[in-house]
Amino acid sequence: MRAAPAGADPVIPSFGHTSSCVRNNGAFCWDWFQQNWSTVFEPALVQHIELTLIAVGIGFAIAFVLAVAAHRAHWLAAPVTFLGSLLYTIPSLAAFEILVSITGINWLTVEIALVSYTLLILFTNTLAGLSGVPPGVLDAAHGIGLRPRQLLVRIELPLALPAIIAGLRVAVVTIISLATVAAYIVPAGLGKPIFDAISSGGFNTKFIGAGVLCIALALVADALFAVLQRVLTPWAAARRAGAS
Amino acid sequence: MKWYPKTSRPAIEKLSLSVPAGEVCVLVGPSGCGKTTAMRLVNRMIDLTSGSILIDGSDIATRDPADLRREIGYVIQQVGLFPHLSISHNITMVPRLLGWERKRVAARAEELLDLVGLPQEMAGRFPSQLSGGQRQRVGVARALAADPPLMLMDEPFGAIDPINRDRLQNEFLRLQSEMRKTVVFVTHDIDEAIKMGDRIAIMREGGELVQYDTPDQILAGPADEFVAQFVGADRGLKRLALTTLGEIELQAVHVVRDGDSVGPATWEGGNRVVFMDAAGRAVGELTPDRVSEGRVRAADAGALAHTVPTTATLRDALSQMMADSLRPLLVVDPAGQIAGSVSIDLINESLRRGRQGDAAERTTVAG
Repeated sequence: MRAAPAGADPVIPSFGHTSSCVRNNGAFCWDWFQQNWSTVFEPALVQHIELTLIAVGIGFAIAFVLAVAAHRAHWLAAPVTFLGSLLYTIPSLAAFEILVSITGINWLTVEIALVSYTLLILFTNTLAGLSGVPPGVLDAAHGIGLRPRQLLVRIELPLALPAIIAGLRVAVVTIISLATVAAYIVPAGLGKPIFDAISSGGFNTKFIGAGVLCIALALVADALFAVLQRVLTPWAAARRAGAS
Repeated sequence: MKWYPKTSRPAIEKLSLSVPAGEVCVLVGPSGCGKTTAMRLVNRMIDLTSGSILIDGSDIATRDPADLRREIGYVIQQVGLFPHLSISHNITMVPRLLGWERKRVAARAEELLDLVGLPQEMAGRFPSQLSGGQRQRVGVARALAADPPLMLMDEPFGAIDPINRDRLQNEFLRLQSEMRKTVVFVTHDIDEAIKMGDRIAIMREGGELVQYDTPDQILAGPADEFVAQFVGADRGLKRLALTTLGEIELQAVHVVRDGDSVGPATWEGGNRVVFMDAAGRAVGELTPDRVSEGRVRAADAGALAHTVPTTATLRDALSQMMADSLRPLLVVDPAGQIAGSVSIDLINESLRRGRQGDAAERTTVAG
């Protein structure tokens, strides 16, 4: 049990009740990690997933609408890509600082910044997927009487799915890593224990525990998308097998 | 007329053509002659700048393009199957668009696979798992799904290897002889045009229709130098390929059996005499120098001349004759019975007769 009151973790947790590993600030103390899982790591992990899902969800909604629009009106593609690249090139810390002066220190600021990082990859991939439909397929679809909306829903979007999922995969992994920086603004996500550990003199277990969780989260998310891709686009696997 | 903006002359300036219902009309010509454009005008993939196209008497310009296209079969060289949909889903796309109920769609999918000669287990596969020839069968099935009276086919067999192309062409002709669709078929291959077409429209740059006629009449009497060159110097031979031995009047053959008597009258008029065994099969040929009179025995018969089936074309027959110093051939029907004999003179005669017919009937439309 922890001696110190919640929310005010001491630099080195209190003596007497802790293991020698914790007292000596060992590389990684499994006992401390286990004891503090439900109070430190689990909430941080859940918040981190929330941050990521909200950012990618909103980012995808915006990018998807823009990509479908740009697929119809080609002139839209260049300005949207330009804007997306611009947002993407702003260093994350700088972006947070600029936004704080506008929207204040809150979740909104963090999400705006994170969303802006997803836009480029999601827009580019969705548009590439939509425009990558072979000309013969389009001609046949028109020729047998599909209307524009039917073409989009029945042909173009399903065929763009592999590119869209690939974009989501990159966006999610990127946001999982970027969201740690968000704790610089709002004490949330896996960045919080990392920043705490650094600012309180470098308690290794907290620092490494949160860092490893972040990496594991990214790997799991990546694997989930790989599975999703296989399940949603069996025809693409058939094509790969046919090509080899 | 179809005039693309910012071009100096129209893609198709003036084209007037009527396709009789139930016939295959082949648009053929060098690339850039506007044949594909002409075809695509029919289902409004391209809209006319001026002029009109009537299907069954009604102007297509008044129709909604998507509705119109669902009533017209569409087959293209790239096939354009939907890679993410199963074969059965691909071929039933039009019925689905038309809102057929589920049961009817499923039944139609099975029917269509049979129709184009694909096994039922293909139904669940994806297009990438099929060969090129199989894919185009699926393409044809998709076009036939809602049983449209009119089909547009743009070089449908152009990307398929020669052996499979020949098979697909034959299968389509077999289907067509049952279905009697009105087909507009585009190709740049004059041989394919001759094979597939009930009528051929030969086009030249600017969409000019140079000659519109049956294959036989185009080969027998090209309208001008352009057509003559386009159909090739071997157009006489190509014409021979249009007619099978079963379609011409063969020379009679005198048949004798073991124990029959022969006399000088038997050979009168250059008749050929074939010796037949008890089973009714031709086993040898009799010649006057071997036995001129009296009873005939099997031993009297000499070697049998080469035979050709009635399904062979005049061109096949000629080719075989040339391999055997132009000696006449015996023609055998599918049952194995002697149908008659064919000589080089007879082939020549039937070609000449065809040409005389042309002169009287030829109707050349130019525009």
